[in-house]
Amino acid sequence: MSLQSPLGRVIGRGSAKQGVSHFWVQRVTAVALVPLTLWFALRVTGLPDYEQETVRAWIATGWHPVWLILLIGTLAWHSALGVQVVLEDYVHEKGIKLAALVTSNFLHVLAVVAGAYAVLRVAFTFTAG
Amino acid sequence: MRQRPLSPHLDIYRFAYTMATSIAHRITGVILTAGFGVLIYWLVAAASSAESYAAAQTILGSTPVKLLLVGWLLAFCYHLFNGLRHLNWDLGRGLERHEARRSARIVIIATVVLFVLFAARAFASGVLS
Repeated sequence: MSLQSPLGRVIGRGSAKQGVSHFWVQRVTAVALVPLTLWFALRVTGLPDYEQETVRAWIATGWHPVWLILLIGTLAWHSALGVQVVLEDYVHEKGIKLAALVTSNFLHVLAVVAGAYAVLRVAFTFTAG
Repeated sequence: MRQRPLSPHLDIYRFAYTMATSIAHRITGVILTAGFGVLIYWLVAAASSAESYAAAQTILGSTPVKLLLVGWLLAFCYHLFNGLRHLNWDLGRGLERHEARRSARIVIIATVVLFVLFAARAFASGVLS
């Protein structure tokens, strides 16, 4: 057993370089979302109609599945971090805050998995007809 | 808990529109998170049966949801430009009061312009009509 205090043990060792991770990821995803969201908004508003066949064909076109999955993952990450800050700022009761944060993260992960699966399913099964 | 002195917060400050742009960034962020859920729902429906997609079309094509989509588009335009404003601040630029006020005005104008362009494009393609 060490008699050294926890503080004494870490002093002078520098930072673990993880303190700004939340801040940094929020910004990096923000930058990535500029082209991804603009691409998506331009393409979706440019579709001739929104029949299932048209939408599936669009999802399966070329590298669209890659951009769509990147968009879904980056959006979810950025959104989860943002919602976390909002919950931490406005939900004051400890238990409710914890439950809200865990629920938010579960829903975001669910959204990514469901969205990516949907895109891949269309990409691998779509045949024009 | 013992009553402790509070540092001055929200209610003692004179209202300035840079405050409004700040809180609007959070509000539009939360709105966009809800919109992200709609996006996932749409993709999952597109990857599912014709019946599921027809059901999604009925919901997404209903007038109240269309209005929400227009609101979502507006929230996106705002969050995009104000987000760029935040990224510029993160680089340590534009933090002077007069600069922050000017960039707030630029964000509002750019938001309206991009929103009108996208809305016109969406109307032309039939997503909103």
